[in-house]
Amino acid sequence: MSNAVSALNAASFEGFAKVSETGLRGMVTLRGDLSGKGVKQAVKAATGADVPDARRVTRGTSGDVAWMSPDELLIICDYQAANDVVAALTGKLSGEHALAVNVSDARAVFRIEGNAAREVLAKVAPVDLSADAFQAGDFRRSRIAQVAAAFWLNDDGSFELVCFRSVAQYVFDVLKVSAENGGEVGFL
Amino acid sequence: MLTLQCPYCGVHAEETELHAEGEAHLKRFGPGSSDDEFETYLFMRENPKGVHFERWRHASGCGKFFHAARSTTTLEVFGTYSAQTLEPPQDIKDKISAKYPGWSWRDFS
Repeated sequence: MSNAVSALNAASFEGFAKVSETGLRGMVTLRGDLSGKGVKQAVKAATGADVPDARRVTRGTSGDVAWMSPDELLIICDYQAANDVVAALTGKLSGEHALAVNVSDARAVFRIEGNAAREVLAKVAPVDLSADAFQAGDFRRSRIAQVAAAFWLNDDGSFELVCFRSVAQYVFDVLKVSAENGGEVGFL
Repeated sequence: MLTLQCPYCGVHAEETELHAEGEAHLKRFGPGSSDDEFETYLFMRENPKGVHFERWRHASGCGKFFHAARSTTTLEVFGTYSAQTLEPPQDIKDKISAKYPGWSWRDFS
């Protein structure tokens, strides 16, 4: 098989916050009835995580699960494990109206870290990112400047952001400008 | 700026995260209907000064369609509700009645 590379090959930028592309990451889209027993059991079996509440991320032993919409989950795992997760989900959900697809190569992932990481995102997304409104484990699907993106806040205060691979350079450039030294707002 | 709460994901989304999708509660006339019915379905739209029901899509968010009741003159939003319905919920109608007694919009009042 060919050698897989991520969209920007782990490019990074250091301003008042650090923006970096995280390299290859496994991502699986699962659509189905999230309130159903079948999906709950399949997700638990494949990742060890529970099905998250609306706009939340749950952690599992072999993957994180994010709430994308009332009938869609995003499972984030090791790049190499994505196909196994798809196989596990598909096996558990046979006979149900559900679909799991490996979308790892269609996406890019960025990490934004530093004390002012909130500000980097708050400048480019129409989302309330104050400490009260957006807490660790919160997930939001929205837009970054002109393109669709989703991001969540980790326990260590860093954000991770997923976007389409085709717009990875655009998103990186936008985040770089937003994180430039001298661009601190000091509000969040 | 217009801010609508998406009834599916609960986000208070501002206008730039949404996409306007035209009038709500249209009844479709397709194959087998008369030319007049089809023309009305395709082209005839309400254009009220006041209470209006619209379809919106949470385009940059969960991607779902939903309905919103609002006033086109004051931009007051009376509420948003699921698109899987044939008419607005009673509590939203009550809210509108409190503000605009005697209002009507197509078959609703």
